[in-house]
Amino acid sequence: MHSTPIGHRRPPEPASEQRCPVIVVGAGPVGLCAALDLAQQGVRTLLLDEDAKLSEGSRAICFAKRTLEILDRLGVGQRCVDKGVVWNRGKVFLHDRLLYQFDLLPESGHKRPAFINLQQYYLEQFLIDRLLDADEVEARWNHKVVAVAQQADQVLVTVETPDGRYQVEGSYLLACDGSRSPIRTMLGLEARGQVFRDRFLIADVKMEAEFPTERWFWFDPPFHPGQSVLLHRQADNVWRIDFQLGWDADPEAEKQPERVIARIQAMLGADRPFSLEWVSVYTFRCQRMDRFRHARVFFVGDSAHQVSPFGARGANSGIQDADNLVWKLALVLRGEAPDVLLDSYEAERMPAADENILNSTRSTDFITPKSRVSRVFRDAALQLAERYPFARGIVNSGRLSLPHTYADTTLNTPDRDGFAARLMPGSPALDAPLQGAGGAVWLVDQLGGRFCAAYFAGGVPADDSLAARLLGLGRLPVPVHALVICAAGRAAPWRAAGLAAFDDTHGLFAQRYDATPGTLYLLRPDQHVAARWRHFEVRAVREALARVTGTTIEATPA
Amino acid sequence: MSALNTAANISVPDEFYQALIEAHRGLSDEQSELLNARLILLFANHIGDMDVLREALAAAREGAANP
Repeated sequence: MHSTPIGHRRPPEPASEQRCPVIVVGAGPVGLCAALDLAQQGVRTLLLDEDAKLSEGSRAICFAKRTLEILDRLGVGQRCVDKGVVWNRGKVFLHDRLLYQFDLLPESGHKRPAFINLQQYYLEQFLIDRLLDADEVEARWNHKVVAVAQQADQVLVTVETPDGRYQVEGSYLLACDGSRSPIRTMLGLEARGQVFRDRFLIADVKMEAEFPTERWFWFDPPFHPGQSVLLHRQADNVWRIDFQLGWDADPEAEKQPERVIARIQAMLGADRPFSLEWVSVYTFRCQRMDRFRHARVFFVGDSAHQVSPFGARGANSGIQDADNLVWKLALVLRGEAPDVLLDSYEAERMPAADENILNSTRSTDFITPKSRVSRVFRDAALQLAERYPFARGIVNSGRLSLPHTYADTTLNTPDRDGFAARLMPGSPALDAPLQGAGGAVWLVDQLGGRFCAAYFAGGVPADDSLAARLLGLGRLPVPVHALVICAAGRAAPWRAAGLAAFDDTHGLFAQRYDATPGTLYLLRPDQHVAARWRHFEVRAVREALARVTGTTIEATPA
Repeated sequence: MSALNTAANISVPDEFYQALIEAHRGLSDEQSELLNARLILLFANHIGDMDVLREALAAAREGAANP
């Protein structure tokens, strides 16, 4: 059992200032990431949580590449990767035999792997450790929000603590308080969707096992007939096992250790020693709110949308929500963007939630067929998959989480020039290995939480006037950090001109961004592409920057 | 223009029909149901084109839902 109390600084003085630009409610992975990101943006933040312990049990375990890149930006990515388990291979079994295996085949030249498995409590611990060094954020544990009132220019929050109640005011409130979001209820709002009539037993089992680090998924195994089972390795020799139970199972009886142990012994053999760390029985629903923004309150993560667990879309998408919202809040609070920019949070994240719900619903319908004919097609696809590779594409035991492309957001500047790359305006940046002044670096680490202009110089020699214009982007009202990416061995003169310049030693930047000399990508602080051109014009960058910050600008004469 | 070819396309329709029925010979209803599902998935993959598949699904459903 992990219900580790959180080591933390002293509780707030009663007289401490009870006003903060942003109040984050809920210190799960999403709230912690939001608070830490706000702190890094220099926004004073108050983080409230109703208890003072880490998550119990492994819960979210699968963290995707894009999430790891965000965690890198927040300073905890390396700890997560060091502690976590990297996996790339999945195996799908039917009855007692292997149907097929698949590799996530991560292409090389990325800092982070496709996925790691890590218990949620480790991620929370790493984020809290980091938070303790962030002066801009104050975390208050055992502070439960009991009322929220929206006022014209602020949110008034009533907090209950072991020592009594108090009120605190914020300009904005982020409700990161989970799928049963008390704040959603307090505001009289709801999330709507589909409940799945199925139950799952999840167990964290500690054992010394020689099983490879792979994701194993069984349909209808002899040790658990008629249902599915998932086995996945986590840190510390803890294995996560999910048993599908069916809707008629009695959740209380199924949680009893002797019952759980019998199931695990049927699976692993009676002679394998193991200890049970945590057990839970859950049902799930796919639901989302109609709006993620309600005046000054933003719903982030599970409070806004909930998906089935197949496909690792809960924590990953919640952290990506926070990633989307925080830079916008920071700009608005600094007076660098109008409030309307904040509307783009739901405009961008609702389609992302819908994409996640669609994918996880499809997985669930395959794993838990809803009708006789659905079951027949499912079984037919599984049978065919053993012999015919085409059917493996139909078998769906969870499609793994990929970041959403904000293809339709008004913040994008549509392409004017032709690009062949798999990127488009709205895509998350693709990583690439580069050579910096001090050695090998990764592109995503050079971006940080700021606007960046990635200019591809290729082999074109450094030019003082161009260098001056690129450096000038850093002095725009919303500063843009320029990066110059050069053909191998060409970066030094650009560096001498004062720019952050890198050699594209392996040519992967040029390839992944379809970059030709003169190509410039404007990237948002959440590292999504805002605009791109074949030729650099300061005016075009200014216009795109106005668009991406929600600022209407007058057409400027050429 | 329709993507689904509904004009006669099998040169030996009697032979196909006989083979289809023959394929089910001796199977229980459950086994036949599985055979049909396997056959549909094999056909669907052979066709590949999602527009054709959508039209075929709609055409098949129309007659089934409103016989």
